Amino acid sequence: MLPFPHRHLLALQGLEPPYIADLLDLAESYALLNRSGKTQRDLLKGRTLINLFFEDSTRTRTSFELAGKRLGADVINMSVSTSSVNKGETLLDTASTLNAMHCDLLVVRHAQSGAPALLSQKVDAAVINAGDGTHEHPTQALLDALTIRRRKGQLENLTVAICGDVLHSRVARSNIHLLSAMNCRVRVVGPPTLIPAEAGRMGVEVFHDMRAGLRDADVVMMLRLQKERMAGGLVPSAREFFRFYGLDAAKLAVAKPDAIVMHPGPMNRGVEIDSAVADDTERSVIGEQVEMGVAVRMAVLDTLARNLRRSARL
Amino acid sequence: MTAMPDTLFINARLIDPASGMDAPASLLVRNGTIAEHGTGLGVPEGAEVVDCAGAVLAPGLVDMRAALGEPGAEYRETIESAAAAAAAGGITTLCALPDTQPVLDDPALVQFVLRRGEATGSLTILPYGAATKGCQGKEIAEFGLLREAGAVAFSDGTHAIASARTMRLALSYARAFGSFIVQHPEEPALAAGGAATEGELATRLGLPGITPAAEAIMVARDIALVRITGGHVHFAHVSTGAALALIRAAKQEGLAVSCDTAPPYFDLNETAIGDFRTYAKLSPPLRREEDRQAVVAALADGTIDAIASDHQPADPDDKRLPFALASAGGTGLATLLGITLARVHGGDLTMLQALALLASRPAALLGLEAGTLGRGKAADLLLLDPERAWKVEAGRLPGKAQNSPFDGRALEGRVIGTWKAGRRVFG
Repeated sequence: MLPFPHRHLLALQGLEPPYIADLLDLAESYALLNRSGKTQRDLLKGRTLINLFFEDSTRTRTSFELAGKRLGADVINMSVSTSSVNKGETLLDTASTLNAMHCDLLVVRHAQSGAPALLSQKVDAAVINAGDGTHEHPTQALLDALTIRRRKGQLENLTVAICGDVLHSRVARSNIHLLSAMNCRVRVVGPPTLIPAEAGRMGVEVFHDMRAGLRDADVVMMLRLQKERMAGGLVPSAREFFRFYGLDAAKLAVAKPDAIVMHPGPMNRGVEIDSAVADDTERSVIGEQVEMGVAVRMAVLDTLARNLRRSARL
Repeated sequence: MTAMPDTLFINARLIDPASGMDAPASLLVRNGTIAEHGTGLGVPEGAEVVDCAGAVLAPGLVDMRAALGEPGAEYRETIESAAAAAAAGGITTLCALPDTQPVLDDPALVQFVLRRGEATGSLTILPYGAATKGCQGKEIAEFGLLREAGAVAFSDGTHAIASARTMRLALSYARAFGSFIVQHPEEPALAAGGAATEGELATRLGLPGITPAAEAIMVARDIALVRITGGHVHFAHVSTGAALALIRAAKQEGLAVSCDTAPPYFDLNETAIGDFRTYAKLSPPLRREEDRQAVVAALADGTIDAIASDHQPADPDDKRLPFALASAGGTGLATLLGITLARVHGGDLTMLQALALLASRPAALLGLEAGTLGRGKAADLLLLDPERAWKVEAGRLPGKAQNSPFDGRALEGRVIGTWKAGRRVFG
């Protein structure tokens, strides 16, 4: 395994394919370890992992917590309500507090794009972006890639359709960077009002017709449509969105017969995905995504902690 | 009070953009005004002699757009600190935006800012009056009374006058007082919540975008309003090729339309925001490279009437925030001339063109007796070494505000002296 070239994991944009492959390989080994019921509690023994969540997310926080504990780290959860953090100085005050606590690994979720990057300039810890605004969510894309690789045997040359609210999706952005780097054919599918400007320049093909976008796809990745998007007038109604961009059996039928269905959760059943598809154990890998989430986060913590150890020795 | 002694500048390269003069000569200042210039001037008795050693002696700059922290945001900057930065940048006249706290929509407040400027002794500050009460964009302000109090023209500062009806009334009513409206040309409904120019970079960074069309749409609307009112609109900090094309066409049509731009829009493009660099967060946002080039072309062909600093002081706390929450704007007084000279060194503008854009043309637009070396005019002067190299370093700039989008930029050409009404105020 190559030494990881970064101190933090803030984004997947620009991360070279060999490092992505290394992370996925390591995560795969943790997935096997987790299934065997064994743990590696000595690996991060004495290390402090802080989950700093400025946005609620039970699922991601729990996943990081479990990953840290399985590797033996001392895990602390800090939830900061968004209302008290509209003033940014609080963010940097938080950084100095964390430095005083000698935090080694800092997992940050924030509603603002770039907030983990800002924190990373001020803290001594290795920072892991657990989702920032509409920018990136690197561990989600890694767990998606691991899930795909396990189901399809490889990533190269697969056709992946990312569908729904791409405009506001950090999951979509991280997936686009990772999957393009790993030579997937990436499509984004959604109404023009939910596709970001010049998405095509990120190396994806843009579709506004869902059937055209799903045709012969190997992987159908659905995104969550948040209710406030409707309030913002970007789509006229949930029922119209479901009719044209919700994943149901009829639309899925144009994808490859063995196409898998993914969703980062939490799902809006009946808005972006039909329950019959979400719960179809033949096609849906949503449960496995959650399982791989823990393994991927163990791999990320392990990898960044190796650099901590190296810099500590210097 | 004893009379000020005469000052004779010798061995200068005199550049007067108002007359087109660019020649080696001497210049005599008497009682704070320019008495004479030419070759072979004798040294009057008791005169102080300044040997310019071949450096450029030019009119002090007329900056037609700067926000000052005072009144209301003194933690960002005071008029005194802005005046120090202006003197170091060769600026001797500055037009201040009215969207302060409180808003300059009352004659007493306009007089207050004028007096605070006079008290600096180094900088004439000409405040804009608010175009609408409270800069709220609803009711037009008392243009007549504000003008009498000394308002140089009318503007809502960093706020666009969004209502077409209000803008129509303002353009129309300002005619009665021979004045004009300075618009922040950005359609607010398209810009709301935006932090960067819409496009690939904003998409990758996950930042809410502002389409560049927000500028052209407002410019097109206001040009149409000029046609029906006969008023004069001035577009501030124009940053896109599309808007400049509309302005160029309106000028050819003979409409009373003018515009300025600011150094970031011809020196930087959107890539300066890089990894969420908030010092490069501006309003309007930095644009793509093709728009930067269009701004350079419009400076060269005369479409743009003036280069303004578009100075917006900020405190570190205003900028050390996640990008979308950070305040927009950059400090610009000390770098106005240096960044413009980069276009002279780059061959896009002549020295005369550059100084005209920085002094005589904004002065003419605003109807000021400034920006010229004409005999009898106030001796507002700058001495410039066009080749002296320096580096912009945020944290070491003159004045309080340090939020320069040009941090780290190496420049060639530096002000080595500034005089206000014959009195040396810098160097």
